[in-house]
Amino acid sequence: MSQRRKVTIDGNEAAAFVAHKTNEVCAIYPITPSSNMGEWADAWSAAGERNIWGSIPDVVELQSEGGASGAVHGALQTGSLTTTFTASQGLLLMIPNMYKIAGELTSTVFHVSARSVAAQALSIFGDHSDVMAVRQTGFGLLASNNVQEVMDLALISQAATLEARVPFVHFFDGFRVSHEVKKIEELSDDDMRAMMDDALISAHKKRGLTPDSPVLRGTAQNPDVFFQGRETVNPFYLKTPGIVQNAMDKFAGITGRQYNLFDYFGAEDAESVIIMMGSGCDTAEEAVEFLNNQGGKYGLVKVRLYRPFSIEHFIGAIPKTAKEIAVLDRTKEPGSAGEPLYKDVVTAFAEAMTSGTMPTAQFPKIIGGRYGLSSKEFTPAMVKGVFDELAKDKPKNMFTVGIIEDVTNSSIDYDPAFITEGDDVFRGMFYGLGADGTVGANKNSIKIIGEETDFFAQGYFVYDSKKSGSMTTSHLRFGPKEIKSSYLINTANFVACHQFFFLEKFDMLKNAVEGATFLLNSPYGPDEVWQHLPRPVQQQIIDKKLKFYVIDGYTVANETGMGARVNTIMQTCFFAISGILPKDEAIEKIKGSIKKTYGAKGEKIVQMNFNAVDQTLAHLFQVDVPAEVTSTLEYPPTVSDKAPDFVRDVTSMMIAGHGDDIPVSKMPVDGTYPTATALWEKRNIGLEIPEWDTVTCIQCGKCANVCPHATIRIKVFPPEHLEGAPATFKSTDYRGKEYPGMKYSIQVAPEDCTGCSLCVEVCPAKNKTEVRLKAINMVPQPPIREQERENWDFFLSIPEADRKEVKIDTIKGSQFLQPLFEFSGACSGCGETPYVKLVSQLFGDRTVVANATGCSSIYGGNLPTTPWAKNADGRGPAWSNSLFEDNAEFGYGFRLTIDKQTEYAKEMLVALASDLGEDFVRELFDADQSTEAGIMDQRDRVVTLKQKLEGMNKPEAKRLLDVADFLVKKSVWIMGGDGWAYDIGYGGLDHVLASGRNVNVLVMDTEVYSNTGGQMSKATPLGAVAKFAAGGKPTIKKDLGLMAMSYGDVYVAKIAMGANDVQTLRALLEAEAYDGPSLIIAYSHCIAHGIDMSKGMDHQKALVDSGMWPLYRYNPTHIAQGKNPFKLESKAPKIPVKEFTSTETRFAMLYKSKPEEAKRLNDLAQQQVETQYRYYQQLEELMGKLMTPKEAMEEAAGASE
Amino acid sequence: MDLSTTYMGLQLKHPVVPSASPLSRDLGTIKAMEDAGAAAVVMYSLFEEQIAHDQKQLDHFLAQGTESYQEALSYFPEQEDYNLGPDEYLEHVRLAKQATDIPIIGSLNGVSTGGWIDYAKKIQEAGADGLELNVYYIPTDGKYSSMEIEQIYLNDLKAIKESISIPVAMKLSPFFSSFANMAKKLDDAGADALVLFNRFYQPDFDLENLEVVPTVTLSVANEGRLPLRWIAILYGKIKANMAATTGIHTGIDALKMLMAGADVTMVCSALLEHGVPRLTQIVNELQQWMEENEYESVAQLKGSMSQKSVAEPAAFERANYMKALQSWKVII
Repeated sequence: MSQRRKVTIDGNEAAAFVAHKTNEVCAIYPITPSSNMGEWADAWSAAGERNIWGSIPDVVELQSEGGASGAVHGALQTGSLTTTFTASQGLLLMIPNMYKIAGELTSTVFHVSARSVAAQALSIFGDHSDVMAVRQTGFGLLASNNVQEVMDLALISQAATLEARVPFVHFFDGFRVSHEVKKIEELSDDDMRAMMDDALISAHKKRGLTPDSPVLRGTAQNPDVFFQGRETVNPFYLKTPGIVQNAMDKFAGITGRQYNLFDYFGAEDAESVIIMMGSGCDTAEEAVEFLNNQGGKYGLVKVRLYRPFSIEHFIGAIPKTAKEIAVLDRTKEPGSAGEPLYKDVVTAFAEAMTSGTMPTAQFPKIIGGRYGLSSKEFTPAMVKGVFDELAKDKPKNMFTVGIIEDVTNSSIDYDPAFITEGDDVFRGMFYGLGADGTVGANKNSIKIIGEETDFFAQGYFVYDSKKSGSMTTSHLRFGPKEIKSSYLINTANFVACHQFFFLEKFDMLKNAVEGATFLLNSPYGPDEVWQHLPRPVQQQIIDKKLKFYVIDGYTVANETGMGARVNTIMQTCFFAISGILPKDEAIEKIKGSIKKTYGAKGEKIVQMNFNAVDQTLAHLFQVDVPAEVTSTLEYPPTVSDKAPDFVRDVTSMMIAGHGDDIPVSKMPVDGTYPTATALWEKRNIGLEIPEWDTVTCIQCGKCANVCPHATIRIKVFPPEHLEGAPATFKSTDYRGKEYPGMKYSIQVAPEDCTGCSLCVEVCPAKNKTEVRLKAINMVPQPPIREQERENWDFFLSIPEADRKEVKIDTIKGSQFLQPLFEFSGACSGCGETPYVKLVSQLFGDRTVVANATGCSSIYGGNLPTTPWAKNADGRGPAWSNSLFEDNAEFGYGFRLTIDKQTEYAKEMLVALASDLGEDFVRELFDADQSTEAGIMDQRDRVVTLKQKLEGMNKPEAKRLLDVADFLVKKSVWIMGGDGWAYDIGYGGLDHVLASGRNVNVLVMDTEVYSNTGGQMSKATPLGAVAKFAAGGKPTIKKDLGLMAMSYGDVYVAKIAMGANDVQTLRALLEAEAYDGPSLIIAYSHCIAHGIDMSKGMDHQKALVDSGMWPLYRYNPTHIAQGKNPFKLESKAPKIPVKEFTSTETRFAMLYKSKPEEAKRLNDLAQQQVETQYRYYQQLEELMGKLMTPKEAMEEAAGASE
Repeated sequence: MDLSTTYMGLQLKHPVVPSASPLSRDLGTIKAMEDAGAAAVVMYSLFEEQIAHDQKQLDHFLAQGTESYQEALSYFPEQEDYNLGPDEYLEHVRLAKQATDIPIIGSLNGVSTGGWIDYAKKIQEAGADGLELNVYYIPTDGKYSSMEIEQIYLNDLKAIKESISIPVAMKLSPFFSSFANMAKKLDDAGADALVLFNRFYQPDFDLENLEVVPTVTLSVANEGRLPLRWIAILYGKIKANMAATTGIHTGIDALKMLMAGADVTMVCSALLEHGVPRLTQIVNELQQWMEENEYESVAQLKGSMSQKSVAEPAAFERANYMKALQSWKVII
């Protein structure tokens, strides 16, 4: 037997490790939180890692989970050992194939990081609603409760499926287990070989389809035999529990770790028993042990093999003394008589009663409850709450625990102060910024402690839902005993704050226990820091007798070239203070870990980090804590008191991190939320913001146009509106002819700006006496925050421009329109949101948005706030997200409603024509709504119409009132990324484009799955490195525009704002004006490209100059006018492809890792770009000829003869 | 006709050598230069700052946005290894040595001593026959005296000489207060050769965009007069060999440098402008002129017009300037 290593890894890596070792084919599709499993498998195969039979598994990415399951099915049917990894909606998309795979008795294991299924809202977090949705497919369901179990049961299920011929879903809780880092024992190749039976593998392969021994599988059966055929599998399912238990026993013989189908933990004579599965079991075990140590008689049954459900084994696990049982389900099945596990338990007892095999003297009291949906915390306190409920005479059935359910009062009480963790466990909470590397450093610390000491180690990481300026909280536990606490730390004996400004925003000492250590990264030294702390912080330091340390990590980082990354510095402080290892040893280990982490990135980086470690200790000081509080600084209110009620009562709780305390009664019942809420969440994340120089400015509007966060705004207004302006409010005379005598103002929202500086980069005006300055320049935010806040409020009070007057077809004019998409949580400098914002400016007051799942649905719809906004009339985009795969169809549905209801409204108008007046009805019917003025006039008519209808008694009048607003033009925008449009949603998109209906599709093409972390899509260009294309994408980008153009009646435009903003604007206007389907493919630079985001627009320009992104518009309306519908708008490639690609990490990294291949792919890309350009040139020529009347052609031909 | 020469202890078949330039980035071009008759090749420079910059950039952009957002904890696949910094260059030197039979001279460009020693050793290990040090340093900070600046050069040279055994050449700019003195100090510090002179890239202004733009212009023949003068002045006064670089476009240009006292002449702009075959032409012109003028060997003419060999040594000094001015005729 080879030696087993101790490794410190997360659940996803544990599952992927075994899956990769014991399979030949992996067909996957990324979905949170399972994506990492596929990425691990792909990375190992790319690095030449082999499975236990010495072969490198083939890891492939499909276009959807449906596709992945099809490929899995096919690979299985032809005899390969095949697996996949998925979760949530992904698992649901696999259901049809899962029925087939199980029906055909095919051995496979799907590894699932269990996640909520979208209902009233999407959630990426963990519960069992996805696995519960496949319990009817015929797959076995095997649950792992922690990282070690994930590795172990991955192998057990792989071994069992081959013998049982029943396929398995091996699942574990998303995030809590999939992303929890823990020290575990890694299985060796020998362990895996010992479990995998060669004869069974051979049998699996022999069942594969082959023309050498042809059979038919997948028949269609008739009523005469289908039923019988379906019953043939029964013996296999009956044998499966025994086979799994045998595999578990065999595994125990190899590793010493014994598992059972149902594992009992607790007092032998327990009277109260909880039955559950998943990560909550570890928490429950910790609580049961604690309570029993205090004399309690409690027990816990951990369900491992949930399907096939063996009543015999289940009954065997129940203590004979059990009198009361609580079954906890991490899922919800609305309308059912109980959640699934509860019902199975009740059924099992009923059957035992019927068959006379009852394990207990009496039929026990059984209640069921729900807990932990969407990774809601599940703590020992809640476990005790459940036991306390059980002990009541009339305990609640179908209860909830962990929330306040005050509508039907299902929730049970518990005492949050009930703590089970011992003093021997180090419990540290580390607050950092995403950008400062805190999480990475903590992951390294866990590895150091886990792999270099005898301690057990656990790490769990919490992120907020914003993509820019996000706070991370690392929860680290170390201790001499195995750590069962699968919940967040709430009693910390070490708290580290890696960013000083957090202190003013969050109460991070609330979880510190008395005598805990507090480490603060502070620009102020040990003697000055006290006076800069908010009052509550000082109070808690004194009250809790905290040991208080400061480090000026900012200075050390600057002096050592680390920039914003204080990770190594803070890690060194942690080891120095915590004393987990002797100081010298700790520093040696940190350096070893640095070498490991950064070694591949070059010696300079390693040395820079070493230097940071060496410099740190000289800057670390313990603070003499004064005896008295001296500060008067309090936490600012979360939102303004001017915010609407819902924002103040509910949204603000979420913003402040108290969302767990919101009772059910405060929540919307159907997932409907108000828009225009992002404006209340003042995040103040921009360290620098733009400042306007009125003299240098040429009033072009480009700054506002590119602003991804709508934080730089422009207004033109009569001078009288300046009355009462704050002293520092800036304005100047408007320079254009269209608004003579008017004033012009550019204003920044100081607390919403993320400081991306895209605006400064695109500003074309330079200061004549100092050319480094432009018309807008970045300046530090804090000194001008107050002043600019006042200016911003004043700016908002100036009336918006009259939409009837604005020249919307110019960049300058379009920027006078109010953005109805503002302050999103997208990445700072995002390349997508400028397009979304522009659409909201141009059409927002009449738009319904269907948004595919992805980045845009997250920055658009992830609570607590939404950037979708409203104008002064209360109009603005209405927004919804259905799924990832169906967005085009979803938006098409919007159009069907609009068309139908408009038609109905017109029918009612006809019916009421004599009452309303023929002329008035004709005006409503024939209104020209092709201009802003036309639309606004029609709105006025509808107001009049409604007034008339209010006074009428006819039923038609009442019906028309319901739908009268449909008489005003509505615009349907279907938005999403390339993952949706090119891959998972392509079939639907294609169908909708072919429908002829008036929808506008905006594809924000980042050429990669951005939201899930950079996986390849069919939009990924040749030669770009992405996940699943580690060696550079070997094939060319799909030409989606060309495919859509082939229909002839689809408006198609390919745009890139940074290359040609006017073309972008015109394309959007034309697309919306076109009464048919429109497709706009908008290049969106992205953080996943590995670029300086402030230069995003320059990258767009270089991309177009290289020919990789030709700009064009195809307008079918031109055909009727006899004009060429196709206009190629970018010039022939001006710069070599390499000149562009060398500036983006996604391409350049291949030159660093595989230079020869990079060169080969670059040459191919260059060739392809040139060919593509010639193709488009000829297409333009050809379409021009086709539009030329036959006579003219003949005439021209004659002339040339 | 004996065209051979000795440079830094390397026996060369003739005195025309391609200097450090992008031409040597491609292995095929190095081979082509050998085929065109190059006596040796100076490799393109390993830029120390570039290495540090590349590593920092890659680290920065691979880390950017990671561990910040739950669904996208990273954006790129993990790569086992990156070809960063010296590895790619060293491999190139190794391959160049394997592919050719002529001396390959490595080139290091940078300012710091620390990094250089390590890289110099590695270049030696990769098989380079010699090393050219290009101290690319423009002292813009007024707090350093010329003595201190000069000391940087001397320290760098000494440190490297102590750490490697292959010969070391110093490629210099002419911007020293007392160039002859500096040359002497470098000679004393053990320089095997001086390469005169480096041409720094000169920034230009783009008035349309109001930007400072780096420009690269190819040298023209009359730029050769600066090295010509200094080589002639230094010839016989220092032990180190001298390589003439800048402004050598024809065999005649090369001849002048040799006669001033250069041991080799280095060509770059001529090859970039006219292609690698130009090298053959330069050597042929050189040979032809020597034949026509009945010279027997390069050794014979080397230094024959140096300051110490000409009738009027002052011609290289200020008097020459006066004479030159007087020779201008005002054209009306």
